[in-house]
Amino acid sequence: MKNRSLIVQRVSRWLAPFIFIYGLQVILYGHLSPGGGFPGGVILASAFILILLSRGKEEAGRRLPLSRAGRFDNTGALVFLAVGLLGLVLGGSFLVNFLQRLFPGRPFSLLSSGTIPINNLAIGLKIWGGIFLAVLFLSVLRVGGDPDRGLKTMEEE
Amino acid sequence: MEALLTSLLVFMIIAAVVALATRELLSAVIALGAVGFGSSAVFLLLRAPDLAITQIVVEVIALVLLIRTTLHLSGRGIGEGPSGRRVRAAGLFCLAFLVSALFALPRLPRLGEPVMERIASAPSSFYLERGLELTGSANLVTAILLDFRAYDTLGEATIIFTAVLGALTLLRKKCLTSCPAGRELEEGER
Repeated sequence: MKNRSLIVQRVSRWLAPFIFIYGLQVILYGHLSPGGGFPGGVILASAFILILLSRGKEEAGRRLPLSRAGRFDNTGALVFLAVGLLGLVLGGSFLVNFLQRLFPGRPFSLLSSGTIPINNLAIGLKIWGGIFLAVLFLSVLRVGGDPDRGLKTMEEE
Repeated sequence: MEALLTSLLVFMIIAAVVALATRELLSAVIALGAVGFGSSAVFLLLRAPDLAITQIVVEVIALVLLIRTTLHLSGRGIGEGPSGRRVRAAGLFCLAFLVSALFALPRLPRLGEPVMERIASAPSSFYLERGLELTGSANLVTAILLDFRAYDTLGEATIIFTAVLGALTLLRKKCLTSCPAGRELEEGER
């Protein structure tokens, strides 16, 4: 873990923000171009996994602490459910696209298609948190190491 | 087009066989990655960019994870090669598959003709005709995933949520029993 290559560290520091922005683009334009919440969320997570691999789990845990990743996961799931329940209240059935019925936007524009972008964002947030958590936990586990200590230092920071 | 697809599929089959037959763990993982990237290229050729993006992204993450977890195990073999009984069983399965494919494949529609086109009242034609008007989403795949079939997506999200939850719970438990501090804790209780 100590002898990381300087080149890999510098290049990954430059690349991670671009990967992150690409993930955001895939999520936000999910209803206009190929992509959507799921692949976008995995790309967002992969930006942090790049940091995790190149600069260590301490640095990645500092950028996206465990508790915050868990909160992303929960929030995404709850927002998706809330949109579904709002559809039940306002549109008559669960998960109905009530916003599209109330305010039909111009097709092919960013603010169109009602609840679809909201759900895309929720799923993206959820997958981002979930995948990052899973990878972080798998990288903390090490044969003969002390996984509890690694987790604790990350939670404190 | 079909020649390209066929060569890609042959490449994937060879990579899958290598993944099964190789004795080194790391080579098996990398061959598995080749299968995944091949299928991503096939999706792209078949004009399914949504699937291709998802496949390649998940493949990269899975490959990185698998390589990372197997890296300090590399050099370690994974048992002996396939035994004679296994080879015979695989051969028998291939034979049964080929016989059933002989009957099934001629009935499949040609490449590029959707099965759903044969049925007039199929939902896919309805989605294609009125998807943009009903959902306002220019990307029809997203329209189906998050509007027409949003229940499916909710279930999928729940599955991932449960999977992450289960993985974290199991790993926490494993942490407790495998690390020195956890072992001391358990012995103290006894």
